[in-house]
Parts: sequence; C-alpha cells; structure tokens
Amino acid sequence: MSVAPDKPAPASAPNSVGAHDTQAAPSEEARSSPCVHCGFCLPACPTYDLLGTEMDSPRGRLHLMDALESGRAQPTPTLLGHLDSCLGCRACESACPSGVAYGERLETTRALTVHAPRAEGTTSPWLRRALLFGASAPAWVVHAGVVVTAAAQRWLPGLTRGIAKRMGPGAEAGLELLARRRPRRARLPSHAKPDHTPKRRVALLLGCLHRPLSASLHEATQRLLLRAGCEVIVPPRQGCCGALARHLGELDNARARVAALMDDLAAVGRLDHLVVNAAGCGASLREAAALWPADHPRHAEALSLGERSVDALELLDELGLPPARRAVPRRVALHHACHLVHAQGVRDAPERLLASIPGLQLQALADADRCCGSAGVYNLLQPELATTLREQKVQACRESGAELVAAANPGCQLQIEAGLAAAGLGLGSTHPLELLDEAHRD
Amino acid sequence: MPRAPSPALTACLDALRTQLGAAAVHDDADSILVYESDGSRLHDAVPEAVVFPRSAAQVAQVVRACVRHGVPYVGRGAGTGLSGGAMAHDGGVVVALNRMNKVLRFDAAERRIRVEPGVRNLDVTRHVAPHGLYYAPDPSSQAACTIGGNVAHNSGGPHTLKDGVTVNHLLGVQVVTPQGEIVEVGGDERPGYDLLALLAGSEGTLGLVTAAELKLLRTRESVRTLLVAYPSVEHACEAVSAIIGSGLLPCALELLDVEVVDALTAAFGLEFPDGAGALLLIETDGPLAGMKTEAKRIEAVCKEHGALSVRLAADDAERAQLWKARKQAFGALGRIARHYSTQDGVIPRTRLPEMLRHVREIAARHELRVANVFHAGDGNLHPCLLYDDESADTTARVVAAGQEILARCLELGGTLSGEHGVGIEKREAMAQLFDATALEVFTNLRAAFDPTGLCNPGKVLPLGRGCGEVLAAGKQVSS
Repeated sequence: MSVAPDKPAPASAPNSVGAHDTQAAPSEEARSSPCVHCGFCLPACPTYDLLGTEMDSPRGRLHLMDALESGRAQPTPTLLGHLDSCLGCRACESACPSGVAYGERLETTRALTVHAPRAEGTTSPWLRRALLFGASAPAWVVHAGVVVTAAAQRWLPGLTRGIAKRMGPGAEAGLELLARRRPRRARLPSHAKPDHTPKRRVALLLGCLHRPLSASLHEATQRLLLRAGCEVIVPPRQGCCGALARHLGELDNARARVAALMDDLAAVGRLDHLVVNAAGCGASLREAAALWPADHPRHAEALSLGERSVDALELLDELGLPPARRAVPRRVALHHACHLVHAQGVRDAPERLLASIPGLQLQALADADRCCGSAGVYNLLQPELATTLREQKVQACRESGAELVAAANPGCQLQIEAGLAAAGLGLGSTHPLELLDEAHRD
Repeated sequence: MPRAPSPALTACLDALRTQLGAAAVHDDADSILVYESDGSRLHDAVPEAVVFPRSAAQVAQVVRACVRHGVPYVGRGAGTGLSGGAMAHDGGVVVALNRMNKVLRFDAAERRIRVEPGVRNLDVTRHVAPHGLYYAPDPSSQAACTIGGNVAHNSGGPHTLKDGVTVNHLLGVQVVTPQGEIVEVGGDERPGYDLLALLAGSEGTLGLVTAAELKLLRTRESVRTLLVAYPSVEHACEAVSAIIGSGLLPCALELLDVEVVDALTAAFGLEFPDGAGALLLIETDGPLAGMKTEAKRIEAVCKEHGALSVRLAADDAERAQLWKARKQAFGALGRIARHYSTQDGVIPRTRLPEMLRHVREIAARHELRVANVFHAGDGNLHPCLLYDDESADTTARVVAAGQEILARCLELGGTLSGEHGVGIEKREAMAQLFDATALEVFTNLRAAFDPTGLCNPGKVLPLGRGCGEVLAAGKQVSS
C-alpha cells in the first residue's frame, strides 16, 4: 500500500508482511491494524453524525465486519445495510490513532458480500444492477453509456425522466448530475514536450466516466503539467482505474481493469508518474497493489504503479510553477475531496497552489474535509443521506462568503454544483486545477 | 449470543416503540452486537435492546417503562469509557443519549452554558471559543466523549492538575431519577445536601443526566509547553516531585514512557529525543508577564534532575501537535499491540518511581508488555497492559495483573480510580478500599435513589452482601 508522505503509515504487526492469504480476504495489514475501540473515529464519521447509531459508525462497522469474519454475525440485509451506508470517505482513517486500514477492510468485506441480497427499499435493485454492470463492462461501454444517456436526456427528456423515476431517486439524482455537463472529447495532443529538458515524463489518466465529462479539466491539467516542465503523454489506449468496481466490491473486475491499464501504460515507455486529476481514481491507483497477493506477478507491478501515481495538484506543488500570468480576483472556498485528504493524505498542496494565485482570496470553509455526499456512486445508491450531506456542504459554502467552490475531484465538484444550483445560490463550482490554469494560460 | 427476549422485555419495548417511535428502539441482532462494548474490550456484554431518546421527557418514559416491566437499563454517551460502566451486564436496555446533542443555552457574559448530555466535550469549547471562553475539563477522549459521560465519571484530564475535575465546573444538572422523575439539581447556592456533588461521579447509578449547566473559563492569556526528555522513568518521576515541591504549579504534568513514545512515533511521525527512556510534557499558563520566568524556572528544575533535553514548543501549531499525540496515546497503542487494558490507580506522587517498578514487575510476571502514559502531577497512573489475542488465558492474565496493580496502589496509600470510574472492572476491589460500614452506607444511599435496583445494576459496588439486597429488591419488582 502506498501512502502519501504527510500521512503516517498504517500499522503493521511484527509478523505481517502485508500479504493476502487469499484474494478475497483482508490483507494482513488490514487485519492486523487493530481497532482498540477508542471511539476517536465517531466524531469524524458523517453517517454517525447523521444517524447517531453506532452500527453506522466506523467502530461499529469494524465490529460488525469482525463478527462476520468470525461467524458471530451473518451477512443479513440489515447488517449489509450498515456497511452500505458507509460513504467510504475514510475520514475515520485520518482520525484513527491506531492506523486501522478501514478502507481496505470495507473493500474486502464488500467483495465477499457484493451479491448478497439487500434490504428492500434502500437502493433500487435496478440501479445497483446497472452500476454493477457498468463496473464490469469495458470502459468504452461506460463512456458510451454516459454519452448516450446525456444525449437521450437532451433529446428525449420525458422518456429519460420517466425511466429514471421508475428506477428510483438514485437514478434521478444521477440524471440531475449528468444534466450539468455536456460530454465532449477532450482536445489533447497525445504527446507534448516543454521547450526545455523535461523535469519529468508523465502520463495523464483520463478515466472512464470523467473522460467525456471532464474534457476541459483534462486540457487544463495538461497545460499546467507542461508549464511545470513535464513531458506529458496521453496514452491513446487507456481504460478505467477500477475504482468504481472496487467501491462496489467487484474486485475481480477491478483487477482486470488495473491490469489492462498497466499494460496500456507499459506501451508508452518509461514514466515517472501517472498523473490523476480525480481524487477517487488517484486513491484507488495508489492502493492498487492491495488487489493482488504479494507473490502474484502483478503485485510488484501494481506497487510500482501505486508509487508513481500522483495527484496533479501534489505534483504541481512539488515541481512549482513559474509566476502566474494573470490575477484571478475571486473569493474561493476549498472543499477537501475525501479521497485526496483522507485516502491520500494530501491536504496542504491544493491550498498552497490556490494561495499562489494573485488576486485569489481563499475563504475559510467550515468542515472543509467532511464528505459532500458524492463518494463515488454513493449519491446514486444512498440518495437520501447523500442529499443531506450535500445540503450541509451547501450551507457551509453559503456561510463561507465565497463566490466559487473548488473541489479536487470531479465527482465532488458535480455534487456541490448540483447542490448550489438546487439551493438557488449564485455560487459556482470548479476544480482547483481550472483556477490555476486560468492564472497560467497564455 | 442474546437470550430469547423475556415477555417483560417485549412488553417494555412495545411500550417504548409506541412512545418514542419504532425507529428509536433497536433490538435486532446486529444493533445489540455493536453495543456490546465501549472503550475497552474486557467487559463486553450484549444488551437486549438499544433505545435512542431525544428529550428528557423521552428519557423519563424509557426509565418508567423499564421500571414498570422490571427491565434493567444503563445510560451511554459515546462509549469511550474504560471501566465497562456503560455495559449491560444484566441484559436489558442501553439508553443511548448521543442523539441528545443540542446546546440549550449559552450566556457569554455569565460564562455558563447548558447542554444536553450527548454534546461532546470538545464541542463545548468550540462553541464558546469565539467569545474568548473554554471548558476546562479535558479528558484525552475529549474529541469523542460526551458531557453526560463526563458528569457520570466526574472526568478529569491532563489539565485538572490546576483546574480541577468535572464537578468543579458543574453548576447544575437535570437528571431523570430511577423513579422516572425529571429533577433539576444544583443551580444557585442552596442549603441542604449537595446532590450535585453526589451525582458527579455516580457512574449512572443514581439517574440519567439529561442536561448539564457548565461553568466556562476565560481563554488562557498565555501558555508555555515544554517537552523534557529523561534517561529513565525514575528520573522523570523525581523531576515531577521536585517541580511540585518547588512551589511551581504547572497546569499539566504528563509522563510518557518509551513504549508509548514508540507508538506515538509510529502514529504521528513525531521526532522525539534519542535515547530518552521517558518524556515529561509540562504546560504552564497564566498572565503573559510572568510566563517567561515561569517556564525558565521549570526548565531549571528539570535540568537539575537530569533532563537530557528540554524543548519549548515554538508556536501554537507545535503545542497542538504535542497535545494531539498525548491525547491520542491510548488509541495509538494499536500500533504496538492488538489490544490494551488500562488501569487508573492513583498514588502519592512521591511513590511514583516505586510504583512504576511494581507495575513492570507485575506485568513481567504475567508475561505482558506494559506501556505507561499518565497524569504524573496528580499521581494518577495509567499503566496500559498490552496483549495480542483474546484467548481466555490471556484475558485472565490481563485481569489478574490489573487487579494486582490496583492492590499495590492501595498498599502504597493510593486509590482505585482517578477518572475512569469503578464500573464493573474495579467493583470488587472497592471492598479493599472501603470497610463494610462504608459500603453499607453506599448501598443504602443507592437504594434511596434507586429502590428497584434497575439503574445500571452491578456497577460501582461489590456484588457482596449489601449490593445483593439491592439486586434482590429489583428482582422482586420484576417478578
């Protein structure tokens, strides 16, 4: 497991080597990072905050996962409901003094229970099935699905709304989000070099869902990397990072995707970094090695991928940018994306970069590192809780006095944007990279 | 596994579902399983149900239903307790008060705040800090633990050395008595018995706190925090006695031994001085004018007693980092062991070095590792016995070692608990601390509050003769 430098390493027991016993069992590392029940995770957990029940807290969920493993509890729909209510935001990991690898525990437990029946009335079984299909389909199918749904929504709004309504509030929430973006192909040179000797040779990950939805973000990222002195390759063949499949518990599929991605990257030659601009994808890639047992040939390769995967903001912060070309006189609040701040331990880089933009005024945002409810596909699977979190985030944004909210994950950005629009506030949302790009563009 | 629900329990829960709503009553297997433990794992007990009242009126309804049907009940806040005080050992109902988490009233000019029991300790300070105020009792779990639990345990913390414990900051409480009445206790000076002092530290055996009125202090004008390294725990202990003996009064004086330092290094990546066998974390506060001299005097005493190095926290960020490490030390022990059990004995400060030798000897004899992090200024020890498996043999050794440590504290003129409470863990040892007459007074006092014996039964008092009568009384009501 690769961790960011400013995040302390997870605990490991004297005898552990971080190896998996079987592919579906938690690694020794996850198993041996003991929860000592101190309860420090409770105030950090958004679902415990909302529901007030320990079954829906990190300590309670770990207790339930232990009970599942030891056979004291069965994977009943009620129990799985408590695991499904988890955002996977991993704020508990930032709060945990004991270094419990909660995310890994949750992932492996979800993998063992992915097809077990869920309680009725929680998530639409249709939507869950559709997402599971998406997680196991080739990346181009996901890509095409997004484009076709967006087109259908534009040209056949009545029909798409009708279908979504039958699939439940999660699907409707999904459409609401999709309506905010017009998918298009990013205009990216497949190979771009700076004028001088490149400081690093990097590849840019485009993702699956975000390939068509974040075209302008990808273009901004490439320009910034070039400006920071990187040789930037956009591998023509590249699929999905497997994060969505992992969140749902489809580990076989996640393995296939990461393996394919590693093969695609191998084709472009030596790389210093795989640069990611979506925190969710970045977190998953950094932990890619956890997908394979230590003696598996893919393990070492995934370890190396994890070490080289880096969030664009972290890399730009490390390399530094030449002085900005123009001021961006805006009041900006920074929302810390969970998968950047909690899963990757990157907290200061985005703030430092935004503070470096002339004219930009950073506004304090209350609970900036609390999940906005997006959490991968959580906003589709648990629309009720996700919407409450979104409303809390919108309230904090409103109180911050900002005119623009920046989030380093396209999912958060979309979620917050939809929330701001629903509240009728005149606030916009953006990615910190797009603000930086605005300051650095020709 | 849970036993089959009794008809009395079923009737009780049915009544509560009607009164509180079905969503506030959980008796499914998964819910009760999660509520089998709190901050320690040695005292697990699966309750029969968990209920979530939202107001004092609802708490009263819960208590009345339990009394009517003869069902035992126990209050719970965040479940961070370390003596099994919030465990339902006699079955029955856990009354989870964490959803009652509103600030009811705040008067900055009067420097007082009234909160519901589920408000977290640290959130009180967060709420009042913009007005230049803070709430002084600061248990290490303050980010998670609740005011209700603090009142029940009369909680302290590192800064109680100077500021005192919860009862010193408590202006009044609202409590639901074991008869189900809502009563206000405390308030303005009144003659008669000081029930407020009695309720603070009663560990939820005399009623359930549904609101607490707290005294607030003005934010400290200036603070100096020093981290002092010593070659051994003995050296550090001598320095502690010397500091107090010299007339200096730091607001906190914490000792961390090398095992704890290892855990903290792993958890927070902090750099501690090489070769240190023990660290003292010393903090002093007061008016800005005298601060520099005060810190210098402390430093001088530390050096006279063999300090390897003295580091003064350069700024607020460094001080916050040091305190974060200290306050999360128990949790960080997970880095060096799968489980730990901590004791809470108190001894005269001058006997600290001697007691720590005993602790090491007892742990070694039971083949257990031990880590020490504690409030040295108060002589309040927290030896943490570390263990890696939950086998019956291991837990028996942990329990036995813990009891020996406490027995030794008593021999050295100390007492059983500084702040973690007696709970279920130390109830039998109470018979070593108090004679039969004193225990009978306690028992009668408790029975006066709780004639049915259903309010957190089996805690605090030994299950000897006296307490048995209370339990028997409860059983008669239920039959």
